Amino acid sequence: MTEIVKCTDVEKRFVKGKETVEVLTGINLSILEQNFVALMGPSGSGKTTLLNLIGGLDHPSAGSIEVGGQNLNDMTDKALARWRSEHVGFIFQFYNLLPVLTAQRNVELPLLLTNLSRKQRHENAAVALEIVGLADRARHKPGELSGGQQQRVAIARALVADPKLLVCDEPTGDLDRETADEILGLLEVLNRDHGKTIVMVTHDPKAAMHASKTLYMDKGKLVEEVTA
Amino acid sequence: MSMFGLMWANLFRKRTRTVLTLLSVTIAFLLFMMLRGVAGAFTGGGFNMVGTDRLVVAPKYSIVDPLPVSQQQQIANVAGVDAVTHSNWFGGQYVDPKNFFPKFPVVPREHFDLYSELKIDPEQLDAFARTRTGAVASRDLAEKFAWQIGDVIPIMGDIYAMDDGTRLWEFQLVGIFDYPDGEPTRNLFLLNYQYFTEAVESWAKDTVGRWTVRLSEPDRAEEIARNIDDLFENSQNPTRTATEDEYSRQFAKQLGDIGLITTMIMGAVFFTIILLTGNTMTQALRERIPELAVLKTLGFTDTGVSLLVLGEALLLCVAGGLTGIALAFAMLFAVGDTLEAVLGRFEYTAASVAAAVGLAFLIGLVIGGVPAMTARRLTIVDALRAR
Repeated sequence: MTEIVKCTDVEKRFVKGKETVEVLTGINLSILEQNFVALMGPSGSGKTTLLNLIGGLDHPSAGSIEVGGQNLNDMTDKALARWRSEHVGFIFQFYNLLPVLTAQRNVELPLLLTNLSRKQRHENAAVALEIVGLADRARHKPGELSGGQQQRVAIARALVADPKLLVCDEPTGDLDRETADEILGLLEVLNRDHGKTIVMVTHDPKAAMHASKTLYMDKGKLVEEVTA
Repeated sequence: MSMFGLMWANLFRKRTRTVLTLLSVTIAFLLFMMLRGVAGAFTGGGFNMVGTDRLVVAPKYSIVDPLPVSQQQQIANVAGVDAVTHSNWFGGQYVDPKNFFPKFPVVPREHFDLYSELKIDPEQLDAFARTRTGAVASRDLAEKFAWQIGDVIPIMGDIYAMDDGTRLWEFQLVGIFDYPDGEPTRNLFLLNYQYFTEAVESWAKDTVGRWTVRLSEPDRAEEIARNIDDLFENSQNPTRTATEDEYSRQFAKQLGDIGLITTMIMGAVFFTIILLTGNTMTQALRERIPELAVLKTLGFTDTGVSLLVLGEALLLCVAGGLTGIALAFAMLFAVGDTLEAVLGRFEYTAASVAAAVGLAFLIGLVIGGVPAMTARRLTIVDALRAR
């Protein structure tokens, strides 16, 4: 399998007043296509920061990040935004759905940036909702859905533009065990049956068990790699 | 869903807040249109016909003081005076109090001789002069009430009763006159002074409201005006004479003040609207910072997100503005006649509508500008962390 994510000597620093905080140092990482990778570590270890860099939400202070063969360092913010819309799906802990839109419309959001017709956007969103098993909740707004259902809608939104890479930041952190297992099962299906590469930040060892590989971080460094 | 749908949905996130804001914008624009209509009624030409060779001789102290008809000969004898006629403000109501239009008893031939710009068929003018209870109406007025020549027009006198105490005056329409081409037309009803002075109760007999004088030497207007006033300076009925131009200028000055007042009112209203709506938009933005970060995460560019926010402000203001304009037209339909009765004319011009729409866009840009810039500068990572 080909490499989809490649981090070389990645560093990330934040400046707070006169203080500079080293969040990531010397990160070298390779993730192959169709891998399901879990990122674990204590709070403040830099998991989410690394995920943000891989997802093109932030720029590294040093080093380079290549995703799908493209060096993200060279991209302008505008180009990065376009790249994200085409190549990455995001799943957050708190779902981050727009409360004013129905499930169907939330899923359609990323497609507003494409040249698809209104009808086509609608159809694609319906298919994505079908995949996550929420076709019958298309007209419901997030406030009318359970946490698990909202996360399914968020997954459908991440899927709808058919990206190769899904980045998930604590996708089950706000869910009970049973629902969390359902969501993780769904991610597994997406990985296994739909060929999506998944990078997931989690605190939950049981969640990490669904991944094919687990990377452990501490104090801004990758400290251990365990393959299932 | 479209980008417009997204804007619309965001706008109605807090339905009550948006509806109230929309309502305040709507009322502001309704007020704007109404005040423009009022200002237009004053600035668009009142009841005066302005001639360069005419003087108006009015009571010195109050327009309600009557002047004796006996002054006519004295005025006519003043050097430089070519012709003199008179008119009275008759008041009165036609069928319904809201059917307001000015009514003046005049001497037919004198009046149409002095106001030669008014066009009337000579036969109808003869009929007006001959018919004791005759009256003529401007074409607009006749068309407004679908009057035909020969109709009897009942007027309930509110200032003047008849000598026998009754207040119902009846006039026979014997002619219809036109204003010159290109001049603003207005509602005007002229009745025969001879009938008026014979029939009116005794206190008002042989009195007039004002004199109109045509000059044979218009260059000497000021001197002639002074000479006329000197004639009556020490009498019981002193006068104040001015050229119609001067009357017009005084009137225009008042209109200028009305324009200033309406501008100041609108300024205060829109300043308040900008503060209120701007505050609402800023508050709405603060509540949505993580959502805007999500949009950026999904691939919306900084410019795209800022345009979305700006678009919401524009949508709110333009929707409120258009609703206000529509309401103003609805009000014109409902109470336009009454307003026209009071103001002489009341209408909305295309310029007023264009100004309102332009203002709505401008206010939208002003109140949406700062939130749009804030949305643009938002960094995804910080904004998501703010959740």
